[in-house]
Amino acid sequence: MKNFYKKFSERFIEGLLMISSTITSLTVVLIIFFLFKEGLGVFNKKPLEEGYAVVINRLNSVGKLNAEQIKNIYDQKINNWSELGGANDSIYLFRMEDISNYYTDEQIGENFEHLPDCLNSIVDSIKGVIAFFPEKYINKSFKGKQLEVDKVSLKEFFGGEEWFPTSQPVSQLGVKPLIYGTLWVSFGAILIALPLGLAAAIYLSEIAKGRVRRIMKPLIELLAGIPSVVYGFFGLVIIVPFIQQAFNLPVGETGLAGSIVLGIMALPTIITISEDAMRNTPRAMKEASLALGASKWQTIYKIVIPNSISGITAAAILGIGRAIGETMAVLMVTGNAAVIPTGILQPMRTIPATIAAELGEAPDGGLHYKALFALGCILFIITLLINLIVEFVSTNRKNTKH
Amino acid sequence: MPLIDENKLTKSKNRNQKIAFFLFASVGYFIVTILVAILSFIVYKGIGVINWNFISQMPEEGMTKGGIYPAIIGTLYLVSGSMLFAFPIGVLAAIYMNEYFKDGIIKRIVRMMTNNLAGVPSIVFGLFGMSLFVNKLGFGDSILAGSLTLGLLVLPIVIRTTEEALKAVDDTFRQASLGLGATKWQTTRRVVLPIAFPNIITGLILSIGRVSGETAPILFTVAAYFLPKLPSSIFDQAMALPYHLYVISTSGTNIEESRPIAYGTALVLILIVLICNLIANGLRKYFSKKVKMN
Repeated sequence: MKNFYKKFSERFIEGLLMISSTITSLTVVLIIFFLFKEGLGVFNKKPLEEGYAVVINRLNSVGKLNAEQIKNIYDQKINNWSELGGANDSIYLFRMEDISNYYTDEQIGENFEHLPDCLNSIVDSIKGVIAFFPEKYINKSFKGKQLEVDKVSLKEFFGGEEWFPTSQPVSQLGVKPLIYGTLWVSFGAILIALPLGLAAAIYLSEIAKGRVRRIMKPLIELLAGIPSVVYGFFGLVIIVPFIQQAFNLPVGETGLAGSIVLGIMALPTIITISEDAMRNTPRAMKEASLALGASKWQTIYKIVIPNSISGITAAAILGIGRAIGETMAVLMVTGNAAVIPTGILQPMRTIPATIAAELGEAPDGGLHYKALFALGCILFIITLLINLIVEFVSTNRKNTKH
Repeated sequence: MPLIDENKLTKSKNRNQKIAFFLFASVGYFIVTILVAILSFIVYKGIGVINWNFISQMPEEGMTKGGIYPAIIGTLYLVSGSMLFAFPIGVLAAIYMNEYFKDGIIKRIVRMMTNNLAGVPSIVFGLFGMSLFVNKLGFGDSILAGSLTLGLLVLPIVIRTTEEALKAVDDTFRQASLGLGATKWQTTRRVVLPIAFPNIITGLILSIGRVSGETAPILFTVAAYFLPKLPSSIFDQAMALPYHLYVISTSGTNIEESRPIAYGTALVLILIVLICNLIANGLRKYFSKKVKMN
């Protein structure tokens, strides 16, 4: 009986341990599920604000437009229906605030009770009209035609050059500016962090004396412990004004400020991993090189660095990964302008910063909300790829060693 | 005349080495200088702000005056909440991974998943926490939702540090115990865990440092902009130090006037992280000495 109890409790505990160990995997699966469920929903939605309609005259032969075309109409880049496949009529833009040009307040009614009729007759009487107003003003006798608006397409999402989800009448959901911003800031960061980090790693693993190393290494690791919001704050009060003065810019919140802050933040990752790889160089190889008369420095760059190149690669990739995913510090120093950047000295906006800045204002379940989750999906896929590459690089290293 | 002037070769060899070594050493010291610069700047600006009132009073007048008491308490709640969730699960998971799990494809997949989770950006945790805990499970913006989100974020770290601690335990201990007829769990509980305990605690303290500074995951799961009262249950919103620092340094009503409070908040935050690191380092040294003496 005692034996049975013992066996049972062993099994029970093992089961408990096993369940705990599956929680991380379960979390990854759940993250993927929730992220993609919400994120892919963006492609099932029209880029119109919910409850609003775009209407045209019923004689107009145009029946369907996409977000970009509507935007171009409202920006007055397209002025004739013939450009959209319709008849040769110039486009007349009707905005809600224009209604006072047509009707007096009394005609509209105190509680807007006659507004639907007014709108109806405007849309019916002007042949080239296009108007945008809440669907509730469309009554039964409405003679105009509701334009069909295409759902957000993959092409628009990844190819669109404008990110302006709250734009009226149609949201602009082009992620290009955000992707470019993220790449500029991250690669700037790695350009700063990689040379510095490698130099420090070489110094720590090959040159520094034991005592210096014992002090310096924990200090560098401490850099990794400082919260990102503190880095952001430091960047905001020191680096941003400095860049503004040094380059004589109107604002100091630029991609460069983000790159510098992220560069500092990526240093500990790069140093620890590449130093680890360097210290794993077989002693025999180093001694053989020294015995042949090579100097210590020659040994480092002919033996140690080539030997640890896969570790250094992993360090660089992980550094980039850390930079791409970093949110708060970037949000605070890069200026957050959603424009395709042409130089590092411009304000730019990254994917994580966009999520952090806008999710608070996006109504739950709406188009904007889903678009931000789609950004999260992009981010998740990038970091997943980075992890897989690193895993691949480091298993390769293990295999070649044995 | 010899074919190669050996003297000259050695000279240039030595000169190159000197230049290279000098460069590397300067970079090493430069990076340490950056750290010291950041820390001393914040200490210098923040030390004058911190006093008993600052850490024990509510914020006042649009956060341009008063203290940061609710933010400290909020962070305390979040840290304890996330640790209550992540520490037991993380330690149990690590025990299974290191002591029980047989090598094979499934173990590799689980390990890969854990590594991937560690690499997921913190803002993605924020998104996930918002859609699962806040919306789907209906916790709303609450300490519970925030703690769970932070707990998931820190889980891979707890697992990794615990696994390392368990790996450091010499196999002969396990064999001796099993040889005496103890079961696997008895061996783990009575032999392996006590030896690994100090290192596990070190990992716990480092995780606390990490959790207390995270901002992105709590943005949409718990953080309140200005809430001059203490949370009364785990379903309440709360202020938190890192979020507080973010808000008053970027979007406060009067950024110039609230700057001193921002410096003070940054200093408190950094002190928490520093103290956690110091304790962890101290513990590690203390116990490694003790093990050596035995």
